[in-house]
Amino acid sequence: MKNFEYAGADTVERATMLCAENGTKAIAGGTNLIDLMKLQVETPARLVDLNSIDDRRIEEEEGGLRIGALASNTAVAVDQRIRSDYPVLAKAILAGATQQLRNKASVGGNLGQRTRCFYFTNIDQPCNKRDPGSGCGALTGVARIHAILGASRHCIATYPGDMAVAMAALDAQVELSGLANKSRMVAVRDFHRCPGYTPELDNILEPGELVVAVHLPAPVGGTQLYRKVRERSSYAFALCSVAAIVDVKRGKIARADLAFGSIAPKPWVDQRLTQLLVGEKPNMALFEKAADILVDGARGVGDNDYKIPLVRRTLIATLCEATEI
Amino acid sequence: MTAHMKHDQPDERNVLDHMAQGIIGKSLDRPEGLLKVSGTATYAAEYVIDGCLEGVIVTSTCARGKVTSIDKQSVMSMPGVVDVINEPRMIARPAQGTANEAPEHKVGEIHYWGQPVALVVAETIEQARDAAKNLVIEYAPALAEFNPEDVVPEPQPDGTNEGDLNQAMEGADQCVDLTFTTEGHASAAMEPHAAIAQWDGKMLTVHASLQMLNYNIAELADALKLKQSQIRLISRYVGGGFGSKLGISEEVVAASVAAMVLDRPVRVVMSRQQVFQTIMRRSETRQRVRLSAKADGTFTGIGHEAVVSNLPGEEFAEPVTQSTDFLYAGDNRIMQIAVARIHRMTAGSVRAPGEAVGMPALEAAIDELAEKLGIDPIELRLRNLPDKHPVEGTPYSSRKLAECLTQGAKSFGWKKGKRTPRSRREGEWWIGTGVASAARVHNVGEAKARVTLRDDGTALVETDMTDIGTGTYAILGQIAGEMLGLNPDAVDVQLGDTKHPRGPGSGGSWGAASIGSAVFLACEAIRKELAGRAKVKAEKLTLKDGQIGTGKFSLPLTELIGGKSISVIGHYEPGAVEKNFVASGYGAFFAEVAVNHWTGETRVRRMTGAFGFGRVLNAKTARSQCIGGMVWCIGSALTEALHFDPNDGHLVNCDLAEYHVPVHRDIPDLDVIMVEERDPVASLIQAKGIGELGMCGGAGAIANAIYNACGARMHAFPMTPDKVLSAMPD
Ligand SMILES: Cc1cc2nc3c(=O)[nH]c(=O)nc-3n(C[C@H](O)[C@H](O)[C@H](O)COP(=O)(O)OP(=O)(O)OC[C@H]3O[C@@H](n4cnc5c(N)ncnc54)[C@H](O)[C@@H]3O)c2cc1C
Repeated sequence: MKNFEYAGADTVERATMLCAENGTKAIAGGTNLIDLMKLQVETPARLVDLNSIDDRRIEEEEGGLRIGALASNTAVAVDQRIRSDYPVLAKAILAGATQQLRNKASVGGNLGQRTRCFYFTNIDQPCNKRDPGSGCGALTGVARIHAILGASRHCIATYPGDMAVAMAALDAQVELSGLANKSRMVAVRDFHRCPGYTPELDNILEPGELVVAVHLPAPVGGTQLYRKVRERSSYAFALCSVAAIVDVKRGKIARADLAFGSIAPKPWVDQRLTQLLVGEKPNMALFEKAADILVDGARGVGDNDYKIPLVRRTLIATLCEATEI
Repeated sequence: MTAHMKHDQPDERNVLDHMAQGIIGKSLDRPEGLLKVSGTATYAAEYVIDGCLEGVIVTSTCARGKVTSIDKQSVMSMPGVVDVINEPRMIARPAQGTANEAPEHKVGEIHYWGQPVALVVAETIEQARDAAKNLVIEYAPALAEFNPEDVVPEPQPDGTNEGDLNQAMEGADQCVDLTFTTEGHASAAMEPHAAIAQWDGKMLTVHASLQMLNYNIAELADALKLKQSQIRLISRYVGGGFGSKLGISEEVVAASVAAMVLDRPVRVVMSRQQVFQTIMRRSETRQRVRLSAKADGTFTGIGHEAVVSNLPGEEFAEPVTQSTDFLYAGDNRIMQIAVARIHRMTAGSVRAPGEAVGMPALEAAIDELAEKLGIDPIELRLRNLPDKHPVEGTPYSSRKLAECLTQGAKSFGWKKGKRTPRSRREGEWWIGTGVASAARVHNVGEAKARVTLRDDGTALVETDMTDIGTGTYAILGQIAGEMLGLNPDAVDVQLGDTKHPRGPGSGGSWGAASIGSAVFLACEAIRKELAGRAKVKAEKLTLKDGQIGTGKFSLPLTELIGGKSISVIGHYEPGAVEKNFVASGYGAFFAEVAVNHWTGETRVRRMTGAFGFGRVLNAKTARSQCIGGMVWCIGSALTEALHFDPNDGHLVNCDLAEYHVPVHRDIPDLDVIMVEERDPVASLIQAKGIGELGMCGGAGAIANAIYNACGARMHAFPMTPDKVLSAMPD
């Protein structure tokens, strides 16, 4: 581990100011950042501890719910309002990591968690995300866990998390605060980014900018499912996952908001699926068609080819379960 | 005084059955259990030693080549850095189990990615880690083969070739010819490899996490060119070894060398990644299994040929066919192992070397043959149990395989009759069952233990034997207590210190049988001495609850000891029975699995294991060993696999987040049935090895259950969702 300075910040304003300086990283639960620092994948010169910022509340606001960035994953998952009005979110969080990790992990940190790509986490390997220009070890290496959509030839890493996938299905908004109190809202769907030529940028945060809160829109009801496929039944990242909010009214699909995890550099949302499904009578042929659309641009590099049929089938299974056909 | 016995004749006396204390076999807690669960058992790295420096091993970032330069100056000015050590006494690989000599020394010659090349020593662990990452090393890399499929394997000399298997296959009513693969496994012990070395100019004391101090002391002495009398090794508690701590590994030697060079205590703890990348792996295997049978199920031939891998120069070859050799009938037999020389880290013993991967393949092949023959798979196995070793003709020492199959089937609720895949579905899940036999050769090693009956009427057992979490402290207390008429809490068991007599070490499941026999011999001699003092025949003595009875009178043991404590070293030596009998543990596994139709995810819903391994010394610790083995069956069937980069040969999934051992949620209630027996050949206490048996075949039962559930016949372990989906019929 490298030596680093440590500074506490008790206001967002101070935190953003400190974080804007080169080599500075914010730390919340530390469950991801500290692991990476031990491996020297992250070598910040200074850590700014966000934990004294008084914003771990989950509160109702007009038309929805506001979740402070420092709320723990556990607090969100057990919140009664979230469990009853946004069950897909509670389910997604509970499908991730372990109780101990969820107790420590924060909402902001969960959005900010980095990829689990084996080449990213090993500093003796090439990785364009960690060390731009060094190449991508995964392209010709072990790529079982890698992206089949949205990747580029510079990086095929996935965003590995669960929580954000549910938030993307819910079309939640991320509230950001930057230098000089400049704040903005960005859809969770637009928060993470595809690598293109600049895989070192996981998301759209500007220097110094921090996640302050996540806003959930008004509850939409429907059947909400989070299906996570994995080799072992807990304590494993998804091979692929589907967050689904589906409502059937008078025999027709009235809502079909879908997001997919661990198949792309970001929670993957494909509006074409919603367009196809809404207004139709749920049936197998329709679901197959939706699944085909989802993977029509998907590409594997060998090891991860299996994700194409897997996510196809997982989507069909989820739609069947949600519509009870 | 020494009581020595070479085990040349079967011991049918079953002495422990005639003792009075009544604690042998009882389900007792481990005496050190509370210390462990309360975090107060001191493990190797946890000793607090004044002035201790921290060493971090630097490992190579290429798989083959030479170190051309190490630029010490690149780190010497970093804060806290004391020294960079790369000297000829260090070792480049771990020693194989029972090597008894130092392994390869040349740290400058690289043979695998992750090989130690130097040790950075600093005042704090953080400083040492940082400096280790910054150390500038130059390599002259050489081309290397990493993939066993790319090289021509070298056949091992000691294969079996009896009759004509090809002809038997041609003339068979039914036969199978299948090729299975298994991936590399890591021991993945919780406690990382760690050592603290102290040197006082004459004597080296090392706290380390090791399984076999009796061999390790010789290995360390050889590495350092010291006399064994100059070394004391201490390993009181070992947080799991599973084979990875059989021989000394690099941290023990590196800490010792640094302590001697720097004249200060030095601690070296491997990082989790290093434990994965540097310590032994279980080789991946490719296994061809051929079985030929008559229509009534009688085997006419059995072939088991395996390709395994190891580094150039390593003798160890995963003994995949070890139990196939004697398990089933069939006149025409081929058993052969070949080694592919590749540049991955050393392959060595990981829990149940051989059977852990060989038995699942064999047992999966039998399932396919049973299906072709239309015979119940249990019945097929029962029809093929030979009376004696199928080639050598030697008798079995004892064998409860048939009983395990039938008792296990009953407890599990096995349904005889036609087995049709995809005949049971619950929602999205296909449900199926499978069965497999278990077998694991029984081993013993030379062992010494000192037992002292002290004048206060308590006993002390001392040996350098280790307890790697298996229950050795508990069972030695029970054996001595049973023999001497004492409750286990009146027996103080001291292990894991080379100042004590040499035990056999923990490995190959031989610990309990071997060291138990030594303790038994010492206690027998003590009983004789007591009988002499009481002037009766030893057989007439009754020892119970600290009282001694002769049939004529009874008095407290302390009176007879009368201030003259009795101390005997029991010395057990394996003998001719090893050659004259086939000794093995046996068992049967039954699994019920659910396979998701859509995702191919497999979950084990229930599992029964029935095992016969001689005398049960402690029902609780024995059962725990079986459970641990069965958990590993689930892991090796479904998730565990080392993944190596095809370009530079490094291990990519080198931590517990990415190397998937089962979690609690993957493990249903495991039903363990212990089929008791007395084996007069296995040991003087009629016990056989348990530790490994529980994982020898169970992955096959799970594979068979997956097929029965969803119709996916796979020949590649682990059976991850991707493989299940591509093998599942539509
Ligand atoms: C073994 C293991 C298994 C796991 N399994 C899963 C799983 O199955 N599913 C899953 O979804 N996750 C899983 N996780 C990841 C876990 O969810 C994340 O580690 C956690 O959510 C990160 O939160 P944190 O508060 O600890 O973040 P930190 O480690 O403190 O920070 C993570 C990153 O986010 C940045 N950050 C933190 N807060 C903010 C903020 N307010 N604004 C901007 N940036 C910020 C930090 O600078 C850092 O780069 C697992 C983790 C581990 C260690």
